[in-house]
Amino acid sequence: MLKISAKGVTFFVIPFISIGCSFFLPECIILSLRRDFLTPTKTGFANSLWNFFCSLKLTIFLLIGLSAASIIGTVVPQNAAPAQYAKIYSEATVQLFNALDFFDMYHSWWFILLLYLLTLNLVACSLKRLPRDWKIFTAPTVAMDEEMEKSLSLVRHCKMPGSSAKLRDMLGVFLTREFAAPVVTGGEGRYYLFAQKSLYSRLGVYVLHFSIIIIFIGAMIGSYFGYKAYVNIEEGSETSVVYRRTASAGQMETPEQIAARAIDLGFTVRCESFSISYYDNGSPREYKSVLSVIENGRTVVDRRPVIVNSPLTYRGITFYQSSYSPADDPVFHLTVRSGKDGTGRKITARHGERVPLPGGSSLQVIEYTDDIKPFFPQLSGPAVRMAVMPKSGETQILLLLKNYPDFDLQRGGELAFTYDGMDQKWRTGLQVAKDPGVWIVWLGCCLMVAGIFMAFFLSHRRIWVRIENGRVSIGGATNKNQPAFQIFFDTLTDKLKAM
Amino acid sequence: MSSSFLFNVATLSYLVSMVVFFAFLGSRNKTIGLAGSIAASFGLIVQTAAIGLRWKESYDLGHGHAPLSNLYESVVFFAWTIIFIYVLIDFRYKYRAVGAFVVPFAFLGMAWAQLGLNSGIEPLVPALQSNWLLYHVITCFLGYAAFAVACGVSIMYLIKSKYEVGNGNAKSGGIMSLFPSTKFLDDLNYKAIMLGFPLLTLGIITGAAWADYAWGSYWSWDPKETWSLIVWFIYAAFLHARITRGWVGRRAAILSIIGFAATIFCYLGVNLLLSGLHSYGGG
Repeated sequence: MLKISAKGVTFFVIPFISIGCSFFLPECIILSLRRDFLTPTKTGFANSLWNFFCSLKLTIFLLIGLSAASIIGTVVPQNAAPAQYAKIYSEATVQLFNALDFFDMYHSWWFILLLYLLTLNLVACSLKRLPRDWKIFTAPTVAMDEEMEKSLSLVRHCKMPGSSAKLRDMLGVFLTREFAAPVVTGGEGRYYLFAQKSLYSRLGVYVLHFSIIIIFIGAMIGSYFGYKAYVNIEEGSETSVVYRRTASAGQMETPEQIAARAIDLGFTVRCESFSISYYDNGSPREYKSVLSVIENGRTVVDRRPVIVNSPLTYRGITFYQSSYSPADDPVFHLTVRSGKDGTGRKITARHGERVPLPGGSSLQVIEYTDDIKPFFPQLSGPAVRMAVMPKSGETQILLLLKNYPDFDLQRGGELAFTYDGMDQKWRTGLQVAKDPGVWIVWLGCCLMVAGIFMAFFLSHRRIWVRIENGRVSIGGATNKNQPAFQIFFDTLTDKLKAM
Repeated sequence: MSSSFLFNVATLSYLVSMVVFFAFLGSRNKTIGLAGSIAASFGLIVQTAAIGLRWKESYDLGHGHAPLSNLYESVVFFAWTIIFIYVLIDFRYKYRAVGAFVVPFAFLGMAWAQLGLNSGIEPLVPALQSNWLLYHVITCFLGYAAFAVACGVSIMYLIKSKYEVGNGNAKSGGIMSLFPSTKFLDDLNYKAIMLGFPLLTLGIITGAAWADYAWGSYWSWDPKETWSLIVWFIYAAFLHARITRGWVGRRAAILSIIGFAATIFCYLGVNLLLSGLHSYGGG
């Protein structure tokens, strides 16, 4: 059966759409700048396509569609091992989900297509409204004539004494003080004043939409030029190679497949030590790797502690504390005393190793814990359980507690043991990431916050005044938050009437 | 006096406030409405003190951290933000009836936290030891709370609009006269979402920044991340739908309720039902 890989389709579809867009968008810009474009006289494929892409219905459909689609990937486990899928789903379901790319849904061609359509849609919508807003920026209506007055919902009239020129000057000062400095036009006894505030808030929606595109660009740069990798380094050893994380990483792989995922760092990272510390209740407090970076035989970063929430960055590559594992079997330090008089003899025993004891018997550490509390709440601290095998006779199982050195002495046996501590060689697990696009993503996020603030909390407010034969007409308009503006407008006109 | 005692006082205040608001709907006595607001405000003050005290108690235990680290603490903080936003709206608009539909969310949260969740102060695991915790949790929960208010208001809208359709405007008495006008409810729904959406956006961005700093990836389609994006998409659809005609009023109210259902799933459902990186999953 022919199976087109998800990646293949994605890499085919994306350039196809990108090329399509790059042909399509300039045409849209040109068309949108032509006045006759939005009139229905011009028909044809480009026009209906354009109308399709700048419809808000498409926006709402895409947003709700993306929401619904995203749910799938939170319910179906993503990038799990085939064996795990076989456990959860029937064979037919696995085949169906595979065909629909449900196992790596967020990178499937159809999900990415939805994201592309959303991008295209918001670009088209922005372009559609651009000419109208452009006019408000470059050629604002500065004169409120009778015709335009009818289009405003807020208009007041009042009679005021004095010549038109005098009223013009007085209202100019009044508007500057109460609102904003006006533009004055007209002449011969008929004057127009126009003042506005927060004009740039109209840019908010463009900044917001543009920021989403910036974030997508940053994400793409990250995925094409960056990588997510990992490396495990034993204490005291070093590496200059890390391994890319892929969907198949961690599954059964041939050495060739693993080698294919290797990335040469161009410098060497050395793990000097790894340690874990605990709170009193036994939960972990800190995982710490002490790392050094060596480049061209020179130590460029010397013994820098790397903990969770405090990574190390060198040459754009960042190392995060992510996991740890024992590098080999731990070595236990014990003291053995024979009888009551006994001078202690120090012995070391590797986990599971059989160590000879004086008198022909031997011991073997079976298990150990960093904290005995979960097993015996009244006790605390590290503990080992070991087997003592006499030359003949029954094996004895002993419990040794580091915090209670006399514990085994009380047993009154021929040999008494104390547990002095253990050495464990660790291997630290580091997440390694290179993302040259991340700063573009943060730039996009900042723009998004700025755009939302401008678009949501600021409104473009405009006031027009017409003066003619002692009659003053005031009109006002806002692009949002009408009730608040109405209160402001009423207060303003009341103040004026009181003058 | 311990923080636990103060949390119980706050929970009781919200219960009293809720019952008084219901009584207000029944009696239409303005004094009773005021009493409901006072009970809610009193609960807010007590709960603020309790959160502060719990913060101090964690320092006394030797591993001080903001009380935002597990399910119990997040539910308590969620209830606090709901009442906080409600009190602001009450102060501004004085429509007491809104309280009967918003305070119950906070009361249910507090009751669940106090009765059903482990309230022990635990030290912070390494992954949470970051200042981003504070920024991320506060922005997210203020956003969630604004959506909770929007949802309460939307439920009122649906009840009120049903009544208006059924009876016309002939009868003006009864409980319905206490409800703000549908126009006001619709507007308040919109305003609450206009407040919640930027906060959720900030919450997602601070979460992404933190994830990048702690795990080396600002977005990894973790169920929590994905659900927060789903919520973001739904409210983005709400805001865009408002621009076109026909998506105000009833449809907007329904979308707002769906949005809050998704918010609650994002907050609790993901942790309790799905697997993920957010630590308070175990409760």
